Amino acid sequence: MWNNGYMKSPLFKVIAIFLVTLICLYISLPAKLPVKFKVGRYSFDKTLERGNIDLKLGRFSFKRSLDLVLGLDLAGGSHLVFEADLSKIPEGEKATALSSLKEVIERRVNFFGVSEPNVQTSLFEGKSRIIVELPGVSDPRDATALIGQTAQLVFAEVKEIKEGEGEKKTNELPFTFSDLTGADLKKASVVFDNTTGKPSVSLEFTPEGAKKFETLTERNVNKVLPIFLDNEIISAPLVKEKIAGGMAQITGDFTLDEAKKMTIQLNAGALPVPVKLIEQRTVGATLGEESIQRSIQAGLIGLFMVVLFMVLSYGWLGLIASIALFVFAVISLALYKLIPVVLTLPGIAGFLLSVGMAVDSNILIFERFKEERPRRPLREALEVSFGRAWDSIRDANIATLTTAFVLANPFDWGFLHTSGPVRGFAITLALGVGLSMFTGIVVSRNLLRVFVREKNKND
Amino acid sequence: MINWLKYKYIYFSISLLALSLSIFGLLRWGLKLGVDFTGGVMAEYKLIKNAPTEAITSQIEKELGVNVSSISQVGSDDVYLFRLSNIDENQKEKLNKILKDATNGKVEELRFESVGPSVGPELVKKTIYAVLISSFFILLMVARQFSSFKFGVSAILAMFHDTFILIGSFAWFGRFFSAEVDFLFVTALLTTLSFSVHDTIVVYDRIRELQKKEGGEITSLANRALSETMVRSLNNSFTIIFMLLAMILLGGSTVKWFAAALLVGTISGTYSSPFVAVPLLVVWNSVEEKMRLRRLSK
Repeated sequence: MWNNGYMKSPLFKVIAIFLVTLICLYISLPAKLPVKFKVGRYSFDKTLERGNIDLKLGRFSFKRSLDLVLGLDLAGGSHLVFEADLSKIPEGEKATALSSLKEVIERRVNFFGVSEPNVQTSLFEGKSRIIVELPGVSDPRDATALIGQTAQLVFAEVKEIKEGEGEKKTNELPFTFSDLTGADLKKASVVFDNTTGKPSVSLEFTPEGAKKFETLTERNVNKVLPIFLDNEIISAPLVKEKIAGGMAQITGDFTLDEAKKMTIQLNAGALPVPVKLIEQRTVGATLGEESIQRSIQAGLIGLFMVVLFMVLSYGWLGLIASIALFVFAVISLALYKLIPVVLTLPGIAGFLLSVGMAVDSNILIFERFKEERPRRPLREALEVSFGRAWDSIRDANIATLTTAFVLANPFDWGFLHTSGPVRGFAITLALGVGLSMFTGIVVSRNLLRVFVREKNKND
Repeated sequence: MINWLKYKYIYFSISLLALSLSIFGLLRWGLKLGVDFTGGVMAEYKLIKNAPTEAITSQIEKELGVNVSSISQVGSDDVYLFRLSNIDENQKEKLNKILKDATNGKVEELRFESVGPSVGPELVKKTIYAVLISSFFILLMVARQFSSFKFGVSAILAMFHDTFILIGSFAWFGRFFSAEVDFLFVTALLTTLSFSVHDTIVVYDRIRELQKKEGGEITSLANRALSETMVRSLNNSFTIIFMLLAMILLGGSTVKWFAAALLVGTISGTYSSPFVAVPLLVVWNSVEEKMRLRRLSK
């Protein structure tokens, strides 16, 4: 049992905490850190480079960049909200139309080559919104114009290329667009083939569309009939025979996901949804940079004041609380990078606030300790204080966690805020409060145990 | 031991005064609503020192045909905050041109926010839902924790006291420092809810502990609990106040009023736990006791 006893010893725990802190400290370092110092004749001038996580264990691989993920307000970028006008879409098709719209907008956004764009839908009291976030785009004019367009679906015919002519006219598109468009398509859906059980895509045309489709297929038997969405081919099925009656099926070697995706794209043309820009927030990169600098400054000064206050009020106990606070800050930063948490300006405020709150558990314990000290020996007084204070700490923090939960709205409930800044604040606050329970209890407690024991030996 | 509760009517008077000031401010001036609520444009531009804001204002109003609410300096002396009614892409192009001409091409757009008119009412509704849901959960939690309706209701009343004072204070800040109410204010409001209860729970916990251990009359128990938790309450608030002050003084224009709102919430929350929530509980108890005695004597 020596191993078990060893694990339980406070010294062992303090060493473990120290190691965890070191690892977290490494993670929380910026990617490049220039280090310069001079000791006598030796001078040291090197830039430390922090690597990223790239683990491979058999079949598992875990990769994570260890840079902070900054939100739009810090890194610069555009946050656009569009309102979708679903009034012309039949009641049963609204959900389909909205998911198709999202797909179309995602395609258009990707076309812009923005890194990590984010497209979300939200529903509130019957109003449908599409939220588009474009990091790094500080002039969203082109993007809004492109996103604001209504999706264009059109069927095309392949041009006859006569011998010898093909090479001359390479610039010219080898297609002609027909008059069969998204307006003629009633809807598309995924169906399963009766005999093979494979998924395929079924098309249903309007009466007028059915006539157009009939003549189009008649003309193109044994040829392909490419379908374009926003000038990009989404499918090019081969026409086997003339199709009358307004029902058609695109078969092929599709997976279910592929069939679903094609259906969504076809429906984007069949159920076109006009969108209107109702909200736009753009932050330039310079303002974000300045915000970061100011926040770091505010954080450091605030932290310094807190440490000073704790040491002045509680002496060596305060010093230990300050060490625990440092551990808290380092682990928080490392967690932001590992999870990763998208850091926004209110998010930083949430973090700074949680730094102020993190010492609360220590203060509760120390005040308790002052009361218990005259009644008991030092070590017992400490243990009792920790035990008693824990109830208050737990109860009090649950209240903050509850509110943070409502603010963060993790299940995306439509009747609550889904906005980035509010959520950013709630997430860092909740993480901070949760973590402060750990550092307040585990870290300070074990540090104190070791410290107090050493002191007793010297006595 | 200090007999804190001897002065309970003084505490009630202070709260009453703060609440009256809040009501006065709200009735007299109301809240200064930001673009998040009203819709419109809020934009920050880096122009030149002493930019001709009046000329720019009249030019914008003439050429764009929109209303300019204000152009004001923020932070450094060449950064200006513009507030106007909503504009479309063409009008924005014109605006950029006006600013370019006025600064010899040195203009830089730092931030541009444009919010449609339909967003505000939704924000109000969502905020009300969020406040109701949070309060409900907190009430449930406190009531369960102390297995007493009285504790729960007193804690919630103290919480609404803080919320109301925070809202009222922004009527005053809006009037005298043109502070606006926006998305982040709403966030601060909700955080205040939890702050307020956070402190109250610590005091209530102590009352309950003493009640279990020693029993006795609630007023003296409450007095003891107050004495034992007062230093902790103050010290804890100090650390939070330090962080918030640093943010108000050094943070950028976006977080400044957010931190100020949190500061008002923290101060009010610290005050309300010992001086509103506990006296309420004690008064409620003694009223209940009197009613019981009267019924018995009949």
